[in-house]
Formats: sequence, structure tokens, C-alpha cells
Amino acid sequence: MHRRHLLAGAAGLAALAATPAFAQGGFAPQNPECIAGAAPGGGFDLTCRTAARAFQELGLIAPPIRTVNMPGGIGAVAINHINAQRRTDPNVIVAVSTGSWVNMAQGRFGRWGENDVRWLGTIGADFGVIAVRRDSRFQTLADLVAALRQDPGSVPMGAGGAVGSQDWTKAALIARGAGSDPRRIRYVPFEGGGQAMAALLGGHIQVFPGDATEVRGQLEAGEIRLLAVLAPNRLPGAFANVPTAREQGIDAEWTIVRGFYGPPQMPDAAYEYWVEALRRLQAHPGWTAIRDGAGLFEFNMAGRDFEELAKRRTAEYRALAREVGVIQQQN
Amino acid sequence: MDAIAALMGGFAVALTPTNLALALAGCLIGTAIGVLPGIGPMNAIALLLPFCFALKLPPESALILLAAVYYGSGYGGRITAILLNMPGEPSAAITTLDGHPLAKQGRAAAALMVTGIGSFVGATLSVVMMTFLAVPLARVAVGFSPADYVALIVFALSLLGAVAPGNAVKAWAAGCFGILLALVGVDSGTGIERLTMGSMEMLGGIDFTVLAIGLFAIGEVLLLLETRMRVAAAALGHGERLTLAELARCIPAMMRATGIGFAIGVLPGAGASVAAALSYSTERHIAERGEHRFGKGDMRGVASPETADNAAQIGNLVPMLSLGIPGSGTTAVLLGALLMYSITPGPLLFAQRPEVAWGLIASMYIGNVMLLVLNIPLVGLFTRLLAVPAWVLYPGVIALSLAGVWAVANSPFDLMLAVGFGVLGYALRKLDVPLVPIILGFVLGRLLEDNFRRAMALSDGDVAALFASIPSLLLWACTAAALAWPMLRRLRA
Repeated sequence: MHRRHLLAGAAGLAALAATPAFAQGGFAPQNPECIAGAAPGGGFDLTCRTAARAFQELGLIAPPIRTVNMPGGIGAVAINHINAQRRTDPNVIVAVSTGSWVNMAQGRFGRWGENDVRWLGTIGADFGVIAVRRDSRFQTLADLVAALRQDPGSVPMGAGGAVGSQDWTKAALIARGAGSDPRRIRYVPFEGGGQAMAALLGGHIQVFPGDATEVRGQLEAGEIRLLAVLAPNRLPGAFANVPTAREQGIDAEWTIVRGFYGPPQMPDAAYEYWVEALRRLQAHPGWTAIRDGAGLFEFNMAGRDFEELAKRRTAEYRALAREVGVIQQQN
Repeated sequence: MDAIAALMGGFAVALTPTNLALALAGCLIGTAIGVLPGIGPMNAIALLLPFCFALKLPPESALILLAAVYYGSGYGGRITAILLNMPGEPSAAITTLDGHPLAKQGRAAAALMVTGIGSFVGATLSVVMMTFLAVPLARVAVGFSPADYVALIVFALSLLGAVAPGNAVKAWAAGCFGILLALVGVDSGTGIERLTMGSMEMLGGIDFTVLAIGLFAIGEVLLLLETRMRVAAAALGHGERLTLAELARCIPAMMRATGIGFAIGVLPGAGASVAAALSYSTERHIAERGEHRFGKGDMRGVASPETADNAAQIGNLVPMLSLGIPGSGTTAVLLGALLMYSITPGPLLFAQRPEVAWGLIASMYIGNVMLLVLNIPLVGLFTRLLAVPAWVLYPGVIALSLAGVWAVANSPFDLMLAVGFGVLGYALRKLDVPLVPIILGFVLGRLLEDNFRRAMALSDGDVAALFASIPSLLLWACTAAALAWPMLRRLRA
């Protein structure tokens, strides 16, 4: 109790100092909650906490948003919880990422899919990268592609997700771009990107299809090199010298969108409120520093646009999953 | 030496009044978190993180606070393990083996004393090693391949028998049951669901906290209900205090446990539970050459796992600080905290943000002294926990435990699962099946499977890869020796 009072007090002071919070259609959230469908420390967790912190510090939403961790099936438990118990709750938002779309596409969220939530908007994005150790035999993406074309099984690759996951899909896209069968690549799943990075530095795997944020420290230290970023354009900062895959003739792009959805029957007033809150956040001059700090790149989308993106991406991933044979039995 | 100068710079950061106060607060919170079964340092750190921002703490101060919660929890886990037979932290499960028998003999205070000292020795020596060797050690650790992990985990499993030797068949059966429980959930290799019985809640597998709380805390209380809670009263006898001779006998055990614990901790893919189990079994094998009371209440049997546990926790920070690679769930949260402060974890941390890296290391020297000073006088207070009437204590423990289970995933299903494991734990106690092998099987089984499959994927299915490196060959030799040892002894006898 005591800590809660302290927190509320600190939050109140912050809110006083900043611009006043806005109201939308008469709706104002009470005890708002952000559900992170994973344990603390992961991407969902960071999405919730970064947004909660920014909404608070920038004075966009007065009551502090509590982050609730609900691990299980990389978001499966969270979407189930929302649909089973909180279908109309106006005060809850759930962190979502491109990985959730992959899961929806592959039927890993049970009967819940892209039409069972209300898509609110994004706070930013991360991008896939193809990392190798600094002394790797691969100098460019073309070298890797040539090796994969000759024998897709000759290059041990590994990352934090299972076969069929986002990380695996990045490797599969490269293999497909090389004209070889994605099912024949030698892919090793690790427990999180950190362990995959350890395996790359230790020389156990040769290629790590990771995310820009998680490789930045090693890149800046010169421990690894990046063969490509899987982004539509080159990334800023430490990544400026890394060509995109498309520049190197491989049609592989992997944007890890980070945002939120709300319950399927969230009232319209609340829906508009959250969409507007995200729009204001995206436009706020103070947001850039917080976003960069959290390692996210700019990727602004909200409301209907975000909904369209979610539906388009899940359809694409469904097609891809079917093509490479990782789709679950449809129930 | 460079390290000394840098460390002095770190002390300049750690010794400011704010940072001292934060370290102390972290140590207190950590100890409390460690005592409470179910609430682990990971959740506590996640809860404290917004607090750090609200107070506008600079990153080094936040990390000093959060890390103190982390290593402080290593001191707390032993307390309920010894007094109530309920491990407060996963790695303290081993401590129940000898700790609770000691408490029943009225020697709870002595056991708490020796484990407090062991925790301090393990943690502090590990911080010293970290100060001078962090970067080279992390380099060696990443060289440890999936095949080497397989050899290490098989070695740890081969010592299962040593954890409950009177009862080898039951111990192995319990270990296999633990492995079976670890298989539940989405299979990491193929993404296929296993043993989930179609339940969405089981997709993520069984959480360790749920299993441990059920088997130990709830199971124990069920057993006590049956005996009308007379056991706790019997345990309150005022036994002999820790003698210097006993402490002296534990010193070599603590040294070995520090080495084992730190080495296991530095490896990003093992963990404190593995460290505690390995050092306990090692100590037991060594003790069997002479007179011992392992399994019935031996001081070395509590000193070694607790020392190893704390050494491993510190070891876990080595790959985190020097390479930006988390060795456990909790260090992953600490890394997340750095990220939220716009600090990129990685090999440049020591160079770019020395005040963060060295400030933290220096604060760990101070924090561990604080924890020792806190823990020694508190031993008397802790043992008085047993004087709390059972009708207050056990319902309280159950409530806290279930709150801990709830905190894991906010899932009502987990609560039911914990109660289910509680009934199972009760039944297994009645059948005289040891519970610790279930826990070890659970932890090690998952690690074994994941690493075995990685090794096979890397070698394209060539089993010879498991025996291809020097560390793996050494570990296989140790496994062979551990399995052959009881037979040899029988032959000699």
C-alpha cells in the first residue's frame, strides 16, 4: 500500500509539471493496465513500460499505466484472457508485435486471430538484421546467399525463436531469396536472442538473424558485422553503413512493429481515446528521445491504418507459412 | 593494475550516501523477496523499475538498487528452506535436504549462521574474481558449445542418486517425472504443442514457481495439517550454536562451492539451481570418505549449496556486464533496465559507462558486507519465526505462496495447478518419494533437451559431436566416475 501511495504521489507531481492530460469523447481511463504477454525483460514488456513511462512523463495520460506480465505462448494467454474475460474493458491495452501476427497466421493463438481484437496503434519498430562474427567467411549478403544456394544445410544459423517464429522466418526469407528451400536450412533455436548472440560469438553458429536493437552493443564494439538490415531503407546511427537486403538484390524485409491492441468490444469512446493518445505520443517532441532510448526506430501508425496493416501482414504470413509448411493444423 | 584503479573509481560512485542507502534498501528488499516463497527477484526488479524512474535515479544508482535486490535474494532463500522445508528461491530446494533436518534437531540457528557466512564467502570471492577476470571469463564462457552443455547437464543428472541415496529407485523415478513435467508446452525446436491437453494455459509450459510452491509449500502444509502441526513446535528446541570446529569443517566445502558456483554462473546457459545441485553432490561424494550426516543434517550440506547459489548469481552478472548477454531471467530484466536508461549493454559498457559497470561492482562488495552484517544478528529473529503459532504461520505461508503464484502470470489456472501439485507433493511425501529430484529433473530436463537438439542440429545429427571437445570429454569422464563410484564402494565393502 505504502509504495503505491508513493508511486501515485510521484506520478501526480509529474502530471502537474507537464501539459495537462487530454480527454476524448468524455472518456478518461481509470486504473489503466498494459498487458505484456511475456515475462519481464522481453519485447512486450519493454513496449508496455516504455509507453507507460512516456505517457506519464509527457503528461498525455494522467493515471499511471500499470504493466501486467502475463507470459504464456508468446501472447496466446493474453489474447485468450482478453477475449474470455475482458471483452469490453476500456482500460486495458495489450502489447503486440509482428511476432503476434506470425502466431495468428500460424493458428498458434487457438481460435483467436486478427479479427478478435481492436488494433490501436504503434509506438515504433525494430528491424531484422543478418549478423555474423567479425572474422566470418561471409563479407556480404551475396557470399551468404552463394553458400546457401550451394547447400542450404552448410550454414548453421540460430536465433531466439523456434522454427516457424519471426527469427526463423528471417533466415527463411534469405534462403528463399537465394532460391533454395527454406525447409532445408540448418536453424538452431536458442532461449532468447542473448544466448544466440553468445553462440555466434562462441563460433557455434555462423549467422544470427536477430533484431537491430539486440545486436547494437556488439556491433558498436566491433565484435560482429552485419551483412544486411532487413528494412525498407537504411537505418540511422550505428547502422548507417549497413546496406539493406534489397540493395543487395534479395527481397527480404522484416519490420518488427511494436504497438497495442484493445479488447474486441472496447467501447468506441475508449478506442478513440487510446488511438488519439498514441497519435499525440507519436507527434510529441519529447517522445523521440524516449523511443530512441528504448532502441526503437520511428514507425508511426494508429487507428484504421494500423488495423489494415495488421490484417494485411497476417494474410501475408499465412501464405508464407503455408508455402514453407510450418502452419499448424487448422481447427 | 587497471582493474584496481577502475574499481576505486567505482567505489567513488558506490560510496555516495544515496547509493549506499539504495544498496542497503536493495539488500533488505532482496532478503525479504528471497524469504517469500514464490516472489522472486525477477518480479521484484520489474516492480521497482518504474519506481527508479519516478525518483529520477541516475542509471548507476538504479542498477545498484536493482542488483542488490538480485543478490540479496540469494541470502533470503535459505531461511524458509531451513526453517519450514519450503525453499524461498528455486536454488534453495537443495538446502532443504540437510537444512530442515538440522532445524528439526533444534539447530536452525546454527544452519542459518553457516549459510549466511557461506553466502557471503561465495558472493564476495566471486565479486573479486569478477573484478579481475570478467572479460576473459566471458570470452571463455561463450566458447562453451551446446554439446558441452549436454555433457555438463548429464553430469549433473548423474548425481541425482547422490541427492537421495537411500532411495535410488524412487529418486530416479522422481527425476524422470520432473523431466516429463519439463516437456509440457510448445516445443522450442518445432513449435509443436506437447502434453498441453489442448489447454491454452499449458502452452507456455509449467512455471517453475508453480511447481515448487505446490510441491514444497502447499504439500508441506497439507502434511502438517495431518500431524496437527506438532512438527513445527518440536523444531523449536534450543540446540547447540554453531561451533568454530563446525565452521572450520565447512570452509573447504565453501571454497569448492564458490569455484563450482561461479564457474556454472558464468556460463550463460546454466543457472544457480544447477550450481547448488552440483556442489551439494560433490560435497557429499567427498564427505562419504569420512564420517558424515548428509541427508540427516550435515552443516556442509547446507553450506555448500548456499555458497554455490550466491557465487552463481554473481557469476551470472559476468556475461551480462562484459558482453551484454543475460545468463538468466533476472539478468535479462536487469539488461532491460539498462536499455530503458538508453544504455546499450555490450562489450563497450566498461569503456563507455565505467560509472555504471564499476559502480555496480564496487557496490556489490559493500552490499555483501551489509548482507552479512544484517544476517548474523537476524538469525535469532528468523528462528523465532517458528515460535509463531502454526495457525498463524501456515495459513500466512499459503497466502503468500499463492500470491507468488498469482504474480507469475496473473493466471487462475496456475493457482489450481499449484494446489494440484500440492496434493501430489503430499502424496509423494507419504510414499517417501524425494521431491528434490523432481525439481532437478524439471530444471535439468529442459536444459538437456534444448541443448541436445541444438548440438544435433549443429552437427547434422552426428552424435560424435557430443564428445568432440576437451571440456565435454572431461565432463563425460566425471559422469562415468560418478556412476561407477557407488558400485566400486559396494565392491570394496
